[in-house]
Amino acid sequence: MESRAIFEKLAGRFGDAASDYTEGGGTKDPFCKVKADRLVDVAAFLAGDPELGFDFLQCLTAVDWIKQAKLEMVYHVFSYPKRHSFVWKVDLPRDNPICPSVTTVWPTADWLEREQYDLFGVQFSGHPELKRLLMPDDWEGHPMRKDYKEAAEYRGMPTSRYSPLELLLAYDKANPQTEGQRPVARGKGGDEE
Amino acid sequence: MSEVILAYDSGDEMVLNMGPQHPSTHGVIRFIVKTDGEIMREADPDVGYLHRAIEAIAEKCTYEGFMPYTDRVDYVCAMTANHVWAAAVEKLIDAKVPERGEWLRIISGELNRISSHCVALGAMAMDIGAITPFPYALREREYVNDLLEELCGARLTYNYHRVGGVSFDLTDPWRDKVLRFLDHFDPVIDEFHRLITNNDIFVHRLANMAVITGREAVAYGLVGPNLRASGIDFDLRRDLPYSLYPQLDFKLHVPVGRGQMGTTGDAWDRFWCRVEEWRESSKIVRQALDLVQKTPRGEFWNHPKKIKPKGEAYARIETARGDMGCYVVGDGGANAYRAHFRTGSYNAMQIIKLKSRGLMVADLVALIASLDVVAPEIDR
Repeated sequence: MESRAIFEKLAGRFGDAASDYTEGGGTKDPFCKVKADRLVDVAAFLAGDPELGFDFLQCLTAVDWIKQAKLEMVYHVFSYPKRHSFVWKVDLPRDNPICPSVTTVWPTADWLEREQYDLFGVQFSGHPELKRLLMPDDWEGHPMRKDYKEAAEYRGMPTSRYSPLELLLAYDKANPQTEGQRPVARGKGGDEE
Repeated sequence: MSEVILAYDSGDEMVLNMGPQHPSTHGVIRFIVKTDGEIMREADPDVGYLHRAIEAIAEKCTYEGFMPYTDRVDYVCAMTANHVWAAAVEKLIDAKVPERGEWLRIISGELNRISSHCVALGAMAMDIGAITPFPYALREREYVNDLLEELCGARLTYNYHRVGGVSFDLTDPWRDKVLRFLDHFDPVIDEFHRLITNNDIFVHRLANMAVITGREAVAYGLVGPNLRASGIDFDLRRDLPYSLYPQLDFKLHVPVGRGQMGTTGDAWDRFWCRVEEWRESSKIVRQALDLVQKTPRGEFWNHPKKIKPKGEAYARIETARGDMGCYVVGDGGANAYRAHFRTGSYNAMQIIKLKSRGLMVADLVALIASLDVVAPEIDR
């Protein structure tokens, strides 16, 4: 089935919970918007309807649109029996993103959702075990957010290091008479002075 | 971490920590294994030790500048990881790849698939205790590495693909070398079957072990050989063809698990599917080497003048570990606004918790190896 037909089927069943079908405009895969509170019903319908049969949740990810103050969840599904795919998005507020979990429909969403919780801070309601996966358990903040600032150190380990280039420039500035004869070649850093 | 161990401390169970620096976990992965004598109650994977924030790096460099980082998404089969990024960006900017470029992508990708399966199969046999197949498999991988080094200058992280094509053309002597290698390699596949696949001890170890049904495989998002071993006949190269795969003049014969030694979807089926995929790759490379001769020399890269797309695209490529997807969003700038890699190993890891229940402790390494998980691909 074409994406448009799938969307019309969704819109016929769920009314305005599925809206804003978008095609083109630089976007290569047509998508529609789904309201967060009906997400699980829509997902169960897509997976269960014999004509649609979306049995494979390929990709679940989030995009942080900081200027529009929203987090956008993006779902890509594919059907092995029907060989068609579909994309939909869920808009969440940036400051308190709560999204229903689709683990009951597709078990693979378990880790996919944990990753988005870890990196974007999306709270999935109804997830069986929502905890960090890639980052350490005691990490602060959600690093893929556009306004994320990394702490200077983590458990006493610095999270950044000096740029050797900047050190060299600083050395040259402090020692104009020796420019071109930097002590780097002898294996000493430029910050010795 | 101590709280994790305490949480598991109940009754007669013993909690074993395996990894992260364990030679059989294929990279830095940790398992918290709950055991009851020799039997596992559960093995809980703990990943993230190899997390290098590749998706965050993608937001900080240009579309073309990100290509070398994609090698590190999956360094065992870096060619196809290059391909998925190139395909996603090309889909986003509507770039056309010259025919010769596409054939070179297919040739290099299939050669890399051969070498990746060499590592997977050799290491799996060694994890189970058969030492001999490992050097045999790695010997073949060395030949492939030599060939790819001659093509693009690198042995492991190739950075060969470009947006709009590939970086180097092939030469006639190189083409002959590849053909000579394939002549040598085809009998090796049968030799490998004689050496290990049909070995009685090996079969007894793997048949009926950690059976994944087709329904489970789809529900848990397994892809590639793991999915096909469970009896789902699906290969992106044949069913949703990309690049020039449809121009090959034979129907791709995709090996599908049939439960020849036990049950469909057991660990032996996963091993057998990978060995048989060697045969397909070899056939594809032979024909692609033939067809590449018909394309004009030197036309292998349409360099796009400006890459500042607005919009989004999702591309899928059949890598050695199956369907790898890349979701890329552009906001009109020189860097990607968001890039996300959907990898096979990540999804394969979460089924281990389910499948480890009731297995012997020694079978855990066989289960991990049979799924061919590669740590950098899990953590990215």
